[in-house]
Parts: sequence; C-alpha cells; structure tokens
Amino acid sequence: MSKIHVSTTVNGDPVEFLADPRESLLDCLRNHLDLTGTKEGCGTGDCGACSVTLDGTLVCSCLVLGVEADGKSVGTIEGMATGAELHPLQRKFIEHAALQCGFCTPGILVAAKALLEQNDNPSESEIRYWLAGNLCRCTGYDKIVRAVMDAAAEIRGAA
Amino acid sequence: MNKHLKMDERQSDVLADMAQGTVGRELARSEGPLKVSGRAVYAAESGDGTEAVGVLVRATIANGRVASIDAGDALALEGVLRVITDSRMVRRPAQGTANGAPAQDTSQVDHFGQPVALVVADTFEQARHAAHLLDIRYGVETADIDPETAREVETPEGKRLEQGAFDTAMDDAAASIDAIYTTPSQSAAPMEPHAALARWDGDRLTLHGAYQMLKYNRNELADALGIHPDNVRIVSRYVGGGFGSKLGIGPEAVAAAIAARAIGRPVRVVMSRAQVFEMTSRRSETWQRVRLAADRDGRLTAIGHDARVSNLPGEAFSEPVQIATHFLYGGASRHYETRIARLNRTCAGSMRAPGEAVGMLALENAMDELAHHLGLDPVELRLRNIPERHPENGKPFSSRGLADCLTTGADLFGWNRRNTRPGAKREGEWLVGLGMASAARSNILSEAQARVRLNTDGTATVETDMTDIGTGTYSILGQVAGEMLGLAPEDVTVELGDTAFPPGSGSGGSWGAGSVGSAVFLACQDLRAALAARLGCDPGEMTLKDGVATVSNRQTRLSDLVDEAMEATGHIEPGDTKQEMQQAAFGAHFAEVAVNSVTGETRVRRMLGVFAAGRILNLKTARSQCFGGMIFGIGAALTENLVHDPRDGHVVNRDLAEYHIPVNLDVPRLDVAFLEERDPWANPIQTKGIGELGISGAGAAVTNAIFNATGIRVRDYPVTLDKLLPGLPG
Repeated sequence: MSKIHVSTTVNGDPVEFLADPRESLLDCLRNHLDLTGTKEGCGTGDCGACSVTLDGTLVCSCLVLGVEADGKSVGTIEGMATGAELHPLQRKFIEHAALQCGFCTPGILVAAKALLEQNDNPSESEIRYWLAGNLCRCTGYDKIVRAVMDAAAEIRGAA
Repeated sequence: MNKHLKMDERQSDVLADMAQGTVGRELARSEGPLKVSGRAVYAAESGDGTEAVGVLVRATIANGRVASIDAGDALALEGVLRVITDSRMVRRPAQGTANGAPAQDTSQVDHFGQPVALVVADTFEQARHAAHLLDIRYGVETADIDPETAREVETPEGKRLEQGAFDTAMDDAAASIDAIYTTPSQSAAPMEPHAALARWDGDRLTLHGAYQMLKYNRNELADALGIHPDNVRIVSRYVGGGFGSKLGIGPEAVAAAIAARAIGRPVRVVMSRAQVFEMTSRRSETWQRVRLAADRDGRLTAIGHDARVSNLPGEAFSEPVQIATHFLYGGASRHYETRIARLNRTCAGSMRAPGEAVGMLALENAMDELAHHLGLDPVELRLRNIPERHPENGKPFSSRGLADCLTTGADLFGWNRRNTRPGAKREGEWLVGLGMASAARSNILSEAQARVRLNTDGTATVETDMTDIGTGTYSILGQVAGEMLGLAPEDVTVELGDTAFPPGSGSGGSWGAGSVGSAVFLACQDLRAALAARLGCDPGEMTLKDGVATVSNRQTRLSDLVDEAMEATGHIEPGDTKQEMQQAAFGAHFAEVAVNSVTGETRVRRMLGVFAAGRILNLKTARSQCFGGMIFGIGAALTENLVHDPRDGHVVNRDLAEYHIPVNLDVPRLDVAFLEERDPWANPIQTKGIGELGISGAGAAVTNAIFNATGIRVRDYPVTLDKLLPGLPG
C-alpha cells in the first residue's frame, strides 16, 4: 500500500514521516518518530493510555489516523517536561504516589494537562469527570485526583 | 561472597539496629521520573525498529482440531513474511511457577479465542490484515461451556476435609447460615497488553517480555522451544501491571521466538486488548456454599465452605476459595469440598489473591448474615471468633493483628454511627449503609537470590532478576540495601528484570518484598562483615550511616574503605518456620455506600482499610498496593463480570468498554492505616506480603454495606443495579 507523506508538528518541533494510510497516529508516533511514551492499552479508545493533544484538543491517538495529523500540531508526554525540569503535574504525580506500573501514567498526565490549560482551578468533581476515561488498574484513583489538584494550586500560585 | 539463610527459626530484628533510617520511610518510587516522562521502556518498545511484527490468530470454535489453514491469500499480501503454525506453540499461558511449558500444539483447540497461528509481516497493519485472510477449517467436537452441565467434574480427595461432627453442629446450632454465593469469571486486565519481542543471536535467544517471574519464565520458554535455559535470556525491566496474568509465559512469547528464528529477524508480538481477555488467564467463576453454625453468643461451632470452580481439562490449578476460611475463624467442626468442572473456557489461573479475593466475598458475607441473624455487631462477631491457634492443625500464628485491625478500624471509621436496622438511613433518593469485613492473606516466603555490589565511590548496586510490576520493588530493595549499608536512597542503584542477574523470587503471591528483600539483606550482612573485618572490629561495633563507617570515635568514608568493588550474593530459602507457624497478614475493611432507591445504582462513598502486615518497608508504595487491592474489591463487588457466550464460551465483553474495571468516578476517597507489627518467623526483615491483602475481603465490605443500606442481600456477584431494583422501595 502506497505511503502518504505527513508533515506535522510534534511538541513544537516540525517533523515529517511516511505513513501507511491504515496506521494510527499512535503507531506513527511510536514506530516512525520513536516517541514511545504514548502507550496502547486497548486500541479502541476505551482506556486513555494513548492520550495526546491534536491542535490542543485531547484525543485518543489510537482513534486518529496518522495521516490526519498532517498540518496539525501534536502534543505528547515527551513534550511535557522542560528539558530536565519536570512539569508540576509530573512532580506531583511522583509525590502523591499517583502511579504504580506507570503504563497509564503518560496518558493521564497529558489529559490532566489539557484540563488545566482550559481550567486552572478545577473542582474534584471536574477532575474525576475529566479523567473518567483514563483507566488505571494499579493505583487508587484518589491519589491521581489529589495530585492534579495540588499541581493546579502550584501552577496558579506561580502565575 | 555469599550468605545463605534457610528460615528454620525466628530471626532477630537486625534492621532495627541500623542507623540510616531509610526503611519504613514514605519515599516516592525511585523510577517515578522515568515513568512520568514516558521514558520507562516496556516490552513492546524495546526493539530497535528492525523487528517484524507478529499478530496472533484466534480459534473460532470451542473444542476440536484445526483441520487446515489456507494461508495463500494472506501470504500474497505485500509485506507478509510468514504464517507460523508450529507444534511448539502454546495454547495457553503457563501457570505461576510452572517452570515448564504449558500445553503445546495449537492445532488442538480447547477454547474459543485460543491462538492457532501467528502471521508475521513487516508492519502491524500488514500482519493484521493478513490475519483476517487465513482460511481456517476445523474438526469440531462437543464442547462443555456451562459449569452446571459439564460432563466432567472432579472432586479431588486432597480438596476435601471433614473435622468434628459437622452435620450435628449445624443441627444443634442456636443460629446457622446456609447460603450459596456465586462469582463470575474475572480478568486481571493489566493496562499493558501482554507483549514479547524476540531476538536471536546464533543459538541464543533474548526475549523482552511482560512477565512477573523471570526465573520460571526462562525455563518455561526454553522447555517450550526445546532448548537449554542457558540459551534464553528474558528481560522485563518495566512491566505494566500483571495481577497474575503475567506469571507464566504465554503464547506471545513462544510464537515470537519461533517466528524470529524462522525469518532470521527480531519479531514483536503484542496482544490486542481483545486477545488479553481471551488468551490470558482468567479468574474462574465460582459457586460457593458457606455454612456457619453458632451458639447463642455468636461463637462458631461449625464452619463449612464448599465450592465449584472450573478450568480447562488437564490444568492443575483450581481457584482455592477456602484458603482463608481454614484459619480465620474458630469452630470445632469443619467441612470443605471442592469440585472442578472441566470447561472449554479460557484457561483459569491465579489472579490477584487467588482464593481469598472471591472466597472471602462469600465467607465475609456469610459472617455478616450471621451477625444480622444473631442481632450482634459484625465487628463483635468476628472478635469473638478469632481462634487461639489454627483451628485445623493447631499451629500457632506467627503474628496476627486481626483484633487490633478490627477495633482500630471501627474507631477510625466511625463504625458506631452505623444503623443496626438495614434500610433505615435515607438521604433523599439515596439509601446509605455501612459494612465491614475481615482481611486475611497467607504469607509466603519464596527462594530468592540478589547480588549487592559496594562500589569504590561508596555507592551500591543491587542486581536480581526480580521484577517490579508497579509494586515498588525498585524502591524497597534500594531502601533495604541503603539501611544495611548506611547509604542514602539516591546512592543505591537497583537493577531488576533480567535473567542475567541472580534469580529472585518473582512478583506474585505477595512474596516479592519479603523474599527478595531478605536476599538483599543477607548480601548486605555479608558486606557489613567484610567492612568490619577491614576496620578490625565486629560488625555490631560498626555503624554505617550516610556513607561513613563509625567505630568508636573513628570515622571512615566508605569510598576510602572500598578500594576495589566488593560483591556479595544473598540467598534465602523457606525452612521450618513455614511448617511450624501459621503465617498470614490480616486486616479489616470498612465501607460506606449509597444505593439509589430509584435506579439501584450503588456508589461507594468512602472506604478504609486497616492492615497488619509485619514491617512496612515503604509507607507510600505499601499504601498504594492496598489502595489498588481495595479498588479491585470495588470492581469485584459492583461491576466486574467476564461474560462467556453460552453457545461457544467466547468472551462476549472482550474490551475495556464492556468489562467494567473501576474508573476514576467509581472510586471515592480511600484511607489506609497500618498497624505497627514485626513478624520474626516470616523472614529476617520481618515483613509479610501486602500486594494481595488489600483485595481480600474488600468487596464483601462493600456488599455488606449494600445490605445495611437496603436490607437486600444479593449473593450473585457482581451486585449490579438490576439485582437490587426488584427489592428497592423506590
């Protein structure tokens, strides 16, 4: 099957790759761009492990074709830290023990960041609803909610 | 240097004499920065981009043989390299600690969804497309799908036990319960799908895989392939959860290895989520009859726990639902019987707390029923029935904080505010109730080795093939080594998940921390002795803290003392204390639920677990383990149900949209408290297992709270709203 040339921006960097038109954005990120922080937990949009932003909108990258990213801007977990400095959400997740096996963690962090970008002071309920589609089998969701609230407070304080 | 210990006698608390103060602290997991930035490498992404991709193809009959596979159309597709059918391929995963290959030869079909072939192509899209084009013909045989009508049902003698005059005790009881509880099949559903990436270098195989117990996995894989284990290396540095489903090697590992050999190129096989539900082990459905007899004061005189579970023909594992019933409560007369139905359903195996997780749903519901019947507080009923010794073999308990957990939990939770009359508390549409249950999980020590190296710069490195499946192994092993060698956590590097390292215990059975932690401890004891010899003193006269050895008033930096790296291997084995003492961790669960009187929807409002599990090595990771278990309990109580089609047994809800694990909105504020405890009989670091304690009994606390809220007792799990609706007042 002939491949399609895709020009896109990932975490601020312009990139190009050749995609099989059947390939998901998730597989393109992992296999062509070596950005393996985004995980496949289900492949059917149920678990949220593959969450990325596409032009600022939170999407499951397993449900987006790679070719759809052409001309758009993609945000992944790899773009969250600034150099060696972790994003407050990343620090708070570690501090609150909001991760265990870590497989769902990148997707949850990307989703949480997308929430805070549109609402810098979400209520506990808003966080729970926003993250209801990000499954975790290890940790105890409550700590994730605490971590997001704590990070939001820190970001507001710094602003 | 080596130090070996067989646990034949109680051990003194050496860790308590150390000075670093690292063990027991609430430390964040050491690999956290890698995981939050997406840099922790899991099996599926451990290749270098040169690998081909294999897609497993499933059987679409329940029982029979593959008569033929026409791969012509598949092989004609661009990029398709090979269609693998090989008599060495395995039909199901190996059971935990199997140490040998599971059933081989995928031309025989035991259940719908079992693998029958592997399609290998340059890319995933090509392989998946080709997989759909295989023309597979079967010779179909009659299948057994339903445990109620299975043609073959075994009643093993070894799973039968009769003590005292059980029937008489039931007849003479002032109060008795005789109830049947059922639980459905469940799936471990770890977030990381099962994955393997195989690469051959001559005759040597390196397999990156998602597995829990590498020393066994290596032998299982070698046995399946017919090669020597020395030629197999398995690497699992990060594993995205397992909960039992990654205990043994699975079809993906063997198929990847065979395919990589056949095409002379590395091959990656990652299960789709649907395949995880169909091809990895499930927890058996259970039918359980619990009988309790008590005198007027609520003291048990008899306890009976019969079960029917299922598995594939020929599988030795059966869900041991009575495991905690044997020792949790007294009662002179006892009766147990297990029947095993042979079914053509996905292989049953160990899922988090095999036995307790579903067995304690039934037992702790029955205790709640008895308490209600007697008009006795459920906490009090349990306190009255804690036996002096093991009620069946008379062994003393190595340590047991059950009573303290029950009373402490009742205080912390505000148990005295519970309405004793079910269905009496209403908040608008919501009926509110409190429930509780005991927790118990057997403690196991498993043979383990670990190597510790003291480097010339005064840092240390721990190496073992032990895995960290999210449990916190990286952190706690570093803490044990740091405590013993007087090093800050950041000065200890822990390397795990590689069979090139000494064989640890593997992650499973809640034995990882105690077993491998003890191996690290022993290695460090040896290093301490060597350091003391250099300083010309007894190890007891030497204090190690912050990289400095102090003897009397003399201080020496470890980096000055170690001119050449020093290495020691610790080796722990279970011994007499296993036979002589009844070892288990204990706890108590408390839950508050609200049940909507109109819709039947149950919301868990808050939950508390109080646990006594020996020394807690790291409060933060231990608490996370308990939270995780309690959430599994919420899932078992309310939503989890792996549905088998009654016609062919196929898993109907083979995705995360329809197999309902708890999500963020289902899980409220949870609290966990640990009681101070040491267990000198368990192991030299005096810990007990914790990974499965949190689930044991948790679901029963939720369903007992539903009874308290509504007065409705649902004995058919999960307690979904349709089962509550007919009894609700509206």
